[in-house]
Amino acid sequence: MPNLILHVVSKFLIPLIIIFALYVQFHGDFGPGGGFQAGVIFSAAIILYAMVFGLDAAEKIIPPYLLRILASLGVVIYAGVGVASLLLGGNYLDYSVLASTQIAGQHLGILLVELGVGITVSAVMLIIYFTFAGRGRE
Amino acid sequence: MIDIIVDVTLLAFLAITAVAILRMTNLFAIVMLYGIFSLLSAGLFVVMDASDVAFTEAAVGAGISTVLMLATLALIKNHQKPSYKEATPRAHRPWLPLAVVAITGAALIYGTWDIPGFGDPNAPAQTHVARYYIENAVPETGVPNIVTAVLASYRGFDTLGEVAVVFTAGVAVLLLIGGRRPRSTVKQKDERGQDDA
Repeated sequence: MPNLILHVVSKFLIPLIIIFALYVQFHGDFGPGGGFQAGVIFSAAIILYAMVFGLDAAEKIIPPYLLRILASLGVVIYAGVGVASLLLGGNYLDYSVLASTQIAGQHLGILLVELGVGITVSAVMLIIYFTFAGRGRE
Repeated sequence: MIDIIVDVTLLAFLAITAVAILRMTNLFAIVMLYGIFSLLSAGLFVVMDASDVAFTEAAVGAGISTVLMLATLALIKNHQKPSYKEATPRAHRPWLPLAVVAITGAALIYGTWDIPGFGDPNAPAQTHVARYYIENAVPETGVPNIVTAVLASYRGFDTLGEVAVVFTAGVAVLLLIGGRRPRSTVKQKDERGQDDA
């Protein structure tokens, strides 16, 4: 049952929600926010799309196998930053050794770690929603 | 002054929402009220200057968990069964639970007498490591938002564990209800009837 108002409004809203999610993700060092919030907001955009345009359309944009890869990828990025700092001679998850100066290293480490958090959180939220909604579909 | 008014208003709305949730039997309305409850809590966190926590509460509590509960609701019946009391009248006396709740509440209120005032700089929570973070987070990490510095850098192990928990939750959902539907669940679907709409 296509609903014109919902379609138009959500097409207008979804890009804004995604941009806001990216802002929260990459501005988390300076303002409130970070990977957890950004991941949830990003998944909210896709969930809105799935609710309005249907689950099949949403699964065409982000197929479930991709979500499973992304969910693991986020954890791998986070843990990988720790391993990288080990290999560069620091302690596990000690970002100071990642770049030439301590401040730059911390910045890079926090950025990568938050990215990992955001990817995992958004992918897992979508997995959970798709799984629950998918059971009602059949 | 304005803080007190906002606090009292938000807390009053929280209490009203909680009582409304208790008294309702329509699960859809209850899920909506859960969302409102989370949003009100987020407002309280903003008043307490915990904007990161408020952000999380608004995004996760009011946003995603409401959607997930609605998705669950689409799979089950929309109405709660009549409560225990209505099902078996006279079999249930409220005095023991009431006494337990009253005593526990009194003990908790007694416990609050020793809690330091809100924002007290000498409170135990502020004198342990918070002082170090406030003094050293910006020079050591160059990140102006101390919450992010603590979350991602000083307590990186903790956050790694949290991400692993989120990941585990996703894996668990996939394992439990993700794969192909076994034949036995087809019967459940028939019982559900027209609830799909």
